[in-house]
Amino acid sequence: MSDQQIVDQEIIEEIKEAEVNQSYFSLVWWKFKKNKLAVVGGIIVLLFYIVCFFFAEFFAPYQLHETKEYFRASPQLLRFVDEEGSFSLRPFVYGLEETIDMELRLRTYENNTDVKYYLHFFVPGEQPYKLLGLIPANIHLFGADPNVEGSEMFLFGTDSLGRDLFSRIIYGGRMSLWIGLLGQLLTMALGVSLGTISGYYGGVTDIVVQRLTEFVAAFPDIPLFIALAAAIPVNWSPQMIYLILTLILVFIRWGGLARQVRGLILSLREREYVLAAKSAGATDRRIMFKHLVPGTMSHVIVIGTLMIPGMILSETALSWLGLGLRPPLTSWGVLLQEVSNVRSIRFYPWLLIPVPFVIFSILAFNMLGDGLRDALDPYGGR
Amino acid sequence: MLAYIVRRLGYALVMIVLVSFVSFLIIELPPGDFLTQKLMELQAQGDRSAALRIEEYRARYGLDKPLLERYWIWASNFIKGDFGESFEYERPVKDLIGERMTMTVILALTTLVISYTVAIVGGVYSATHQYSLGDQAITVLAFLGLGTPGFLLALIVLFVAVVILKQDIGGLFSREFQDAPWSLARVWDLIKHLWIPALIGAAASAPAWLRIMRGNMLEILGQPFIEAARARGLKKRTVTWRHAVRVAINPMVVILGSEALPGLIGGNALVAIVLGLPTIGPLYVDALQSQDMYMAGTVLVFIVMMMLIGNLLADLALVWLDPRIRLD
Repeated sequence: MSDQQIVDQEIIEEIKEAEVNQSYFSLVWWKFKKNKLAVVGGIIVLLFYIVCFFFAEFFAPYQLHETKEYFRASPQLLRFVDEEGSFSLRPFVYGLEETIDMELRLRTYENNTDVKYYLHFFVPGEQPYKLLGLIPANIHLFGADPNVEGSEMFLFGTDSLGRDLFSRIIYGGRMSLWIGLLGQLLTMALGVSLGTISGYYGGVTDIVVQRLTEFVAAFPDIPLFIALAAAIPVNWSPQMIYLILTLILVFIRWGGLARQVRGLILSLREREYVLAAKSAGATDRRIMFKHLVPGTMSHVIVIGTLMIPGMILSETALSWLGLGLRPPLTSWGVLLQEVSNVRSIRFYPWLLIPVPFVIFSILAFNMLGDGLRDALDPYGGR
Repeated sequence: MLAYIVRRLGYALVMIVLVSFVSFLIIELPPGDFLTQKLMELQAQGDRSAALRIEEYRARYGLDKPLLERYWIWASNFIKGDFGESFEYERPVKDLIGERMTMTVILALTTLVISYTVAIVGGVYSATHQYSLGDQAITVLAFLGLGTPGFLLALIVLFVAVVILKQDIGGLFSREFQDAPWSLARVWDLIKHLWIPALIGAAASAPAWLRIMRGNMLEILGQPFIEAARARGLKKRTVTWRHAVRVAINPMVVILGSEALPGLIGGNALVAIVLGLPTIGPLYVDALQSQDMYMAGTVLVFIVMMMLIGNLLADLALVWLDPRIRLD
């Protein structure tokens, strides 16, 4: 046996040992990685949060409320080849020329092939912003040539006030994803606490919590959402409406989670380690939140992830109806308010571009949650 | 059995009373009411006798009375079949809902039949051909469907129809048949319009059900009695449909009661709004927006009633379908 072979043998044994002595989380990670769909979903979710949530100011070429003198301009096509057929490596868009259709009483924009605005990276914006709310900056990932006077680039067109839709979709994502995350965290906090208390104490507490969840469940989801959202006074500030709306979403959704957690706690509280903790003199609170809740966490995380899409969709639907968030707050649902009738779909179809973003993020969350569900139970087969 | 039904009915009754009261509260919640808005509108138009007329209305609907009394009046009339009057249309809620009931139920039933067929057939195929190309395709489609709520799909369909195909697809009837009496031509016109919202509704609800059906089938197909049936030399089709599906279908029955029945009234309100359908859903959302409280409250209570009844029916149907299940 040569030295090389001995070394190989050692490595193989090391690997084998590593496979046997896996911790729970490395097993979870290992199983999760095998599910390609889930990994893709996770990456997309991560990208959404990086682009929209943390660095929207940087990735968006314009700021949220920056208006230009182009109202409902159609998207500009990013081109490499111009009308004469000459190729340029740096992509460009044609300038826009306003025309007014007297018959339809419609303002439209047409390409002005004499003017080309080239795409540049790391373009300084008109107004400074604060990255992550802290670091002052004014650079955007891309934009129209900053050296040319009046150069603009609206890849997804503009809305009725002349705001760049591309930028607004990125900013809207921040609000939509945030309401999904914050709402879900609150739902989990409420559902887990009440579920744990209900399961651990039993008796009257249990009955009260159970009846409460049953009562909330007796209402159908969407009609109740709409009814509660419609009850928010119109004259409240958008921030207040945002807060209340999140609470409404939480209020309707915590019940299902609380029931599942209660079920888990009912079985966990009979385990020996709980008895041990009790005899060691641990308080109820300590037993519940130090010993019992961690045991439910993998389950809660899975359900939580799978519930986020519903959260985002509810917000989108309500805002689209005009019952949810209101401008100046901007979410994907608020963006869709501009296409609430057939006329706007007919003449300004690009305002529908937020739709694929909503669907894409929902899909990603579903794929991620599905993968987590399989992975967090690494000892079980399929 | 009878005792069980009586107990469940009693429970449902208590729930309906509670739910109707809470519904009433929610709808009362916003400050101001429809009449205050109306008063301001009329005054803005320069109607000097507006205040007087609104006061008259207020007295007629009992709006000057305290909350509990108003609820009592509404609830006791509700039992008698008088659901109050819609402020916005100045007509009884009962008539308004009645007008739209036929279309609502027709649309909901069509949607239901399509989505159940798709869910069951697709789920069974997916489970019996696990990991085949067909199963993968169905899984991907189901995921897409799960991620696309009805109203976004409706917006997309509207976009395709209006912008790409240059067709108008809204509503349930063409203009010439809108108020025409029923005839064969009108039915045909309805069918021509109905399939679009029905398919959209089915596309929104079928994927989740299909996944449930698939999961159940997979579980049942792995059980010994299926093995035994196969070992006896029964045809594959018989084993699948007569033995496996018969058991795997139970959750679908529960869904039928708890989701599909309340969906008859309130389902797909958002899709109906996008496509401009004359169903109850848009009426409800509209009533909430304009604080037309009796209208909104009535629809909400009806939906909850359907849900409670649906749950009870589903449980009873389960006992009938699966003798192993006992009610306590």
